[in-house]
Amino acid sequence: MKILVAVKRVVDYAVKVRVRPDRTGVETASVKMSMNPFCEIAVEEALRLREAGAAAEVVAATVGPAQSADTLRTALAMGADRAVHVLHDPDPQRPLLPLAVAKILRAVALQEKAGLVILGKQAIDDDCNQTGQMLAGLLNWPQGTFASKVILDKEKATVEREVDGGIETICLDLPAVITTDLRLNQPRYATLPNIMKAKSKVIKKVTPEDLNVDIRSDMEVLEVTEPPKRKAGVILSSVDELLDKLKNEARVL
Amino acid sequence: MAAMVVGALRRRGAATAGGSRFFAQSLHRFVSTLVVAEHEGGFVKPSSLSALAAAEAIGKENRVSLLLGGSGPSLHKSAEHAASSHPLVSEVLVADSDAFAHPLAEPWAELLRSVQQKGGYSHVIASSTSFGKNLLPRAAALLDVSPVTDVTSVSEPRVFVRPIYAGNALCTVRYTGQDPCMMSIRSTSFSPTEAMSETKVAPITQVDLSFLSEGSSGKSAWVDLKSQDTERPDLANARVVVTGGRGLKSAENFKLLEQLAEKLGAAVGATRAAVDAGFVPNELQVGQTGKIVAPELYMAFGVSGAIQHLAGMRDSKVIVAVNKDADAPIFQVADYGIVADLFEVLDELLKKLPDKK
Repeated sequence: MKILVAVKRVVDYAVKVRVRPDRTGVETASVKMSMNPFCEIAVEEALRLREAGAAAEVVAATVGPAQSADTLRTALAMGADRAVHVLHDPDPQRPLLPLAVAKILRAVALQEKAGLVILGKQAIDDDCNQTGQMLAGLLNWPQGTFASKVILDKEKATVEREVDGGIETICLDLPAVITTDLRLNQPRYATLPNIMKAKSKVIKKVTPEDLNVDIRSDMEVLEVTEPPKRKAGVILSSVDELLDKLKNEARVL
Repeated sequence: MAAMVVGALRRRGAATAGGSRFFAQSLHRFVSTLVVAEHEGGFVKPSSLSALAAAEAIGKENRVSLLLGGSGPSLHKSAEHAASSHPLVSEVLVADSDAFAHPLAEPWAELLRSVQQKGGYSHVIASSTSFGKNLLPRAAALLDVSPVTDVTSVSEPRVFVRPIYAGNALCTVRYTGQDPCMMSIRSTSFSPTEAMSETKVAPITQVDLSFLSEGSSGKSAWVDLKSQDTERPDLANARVVVTGGRGLKSAENFKLLEQLAEKLGAAVGATRAAVDAGFVPNELQVGQTGKIVAPELYMAFGVSGAIQHLAGMRDSKVIVAVNKDADAPIFQVADYGIVADLFEVLDELLKKLPDKK
């Protein structure tokens, strides 16, 4: 079986983003970019499934501008076998929406005859948490979202999911779509030899047109602003002072 | 369209037929909303009542249908609660089938598609719970529309504000696509309406489930749910939240936090570090990837205040931080801070706070 893993290039999780003065978006020029943390977990899970003999090949895919190839190289350096880069240059007013990405990934999944697609549960830039669910809907495959454990056998996937009330277990017929939660695994670091090896692995470049996917956007970004600042707080010297403030000033006790 | 006019007639009661037809046909601003509600123990969940408040923010003339699914007496008791839960609710739709007894996205998305196709709603709203986040995008893909995640405010019927980059930026978007405009709402941003002033009970209708046979249900099966039984209030809706981070050092020490929570009638939360270290189960995680809370009082003990954690609690009314590191970023958002050993502060608080009334 082949596993398709979708990865996204995003502003590094440790960067404190700044909103552009013209309010069109956040500053991304000369900001450190990395693979979305949930996507790293997705790549790691695919590799572990392959190493356990449940999959024959791991194909990484991304949709984005030329620089997104770096993210695919990272996936290849971690151990993915090959990659597909769907080239798309972003328009800040009309960003690529999860629905368009899902349509592109559907085309890639069908072309590659993937038996399982693994994605992160959300990208830490747009915080949408949609693409995996949409892909599953478009493919009419079952979905196991927010996965913290995946067990695969020939025809079924058993997925433990992180839900509001605790941990839910579901069983899916393959092919299926799984999205990863933080606690699914600890992604490996790419070693130097593997980074070198990754340079000779194949990245196939295609366009949405090649895949017959029409990208339209039904969302317009009007403005991006800073969240309201909280007013400066005070440092107190004792518990008594805290209790007094909470009772008499903030009136929350 | 005919069904819409009938609906409008029924809602407007004494209005003339001509007036209602004008209302339905002339305005693209005419809004009708389907709210996908969750229920538990015979009641609509508070997060779904927040979704009703969001429906009200979309339009005061919004004609709201509330969709409930499941089976058994609890469903029907919840439907009765739903019928009088908000003045805008004009209809309660009940999908009574074992297929909806568990929150599986596959049958639920088919249900949502079917109900939307019959009802032609301009808006569909669910709460950003794990149920809503799992279901709504799948249903949106079936309907070929883009949903909006985690709406925190409604400026116009199709203009919304939502946080991006872990809440470090607010993005205002206009939905320009075809009906329905689908969204999940952040329930802490919409207060459920207080008790209704007049008694109005919406009719309860059974949903036609003939679509189920041809749908994609059957490709997934629910196995079980392991939940932490707790006496304390639900984290997402608690008035007071006390949270521990890595500074708590052990699961054993979290018991101190639980004692404090007991005294304050609070829910207990945790940072990712505390969850990863195994101090508490992961459903207690507050942050970008965990729960979003906005209580009246948020008390953070041994929490450094990473971007991802702040994303989950920065809208709390009053934030208290106790940390021995005076440079911890949590102090930049805290209203009151104490730079001290958290165990000493906890001990003192436990001594000085009265027992819960």
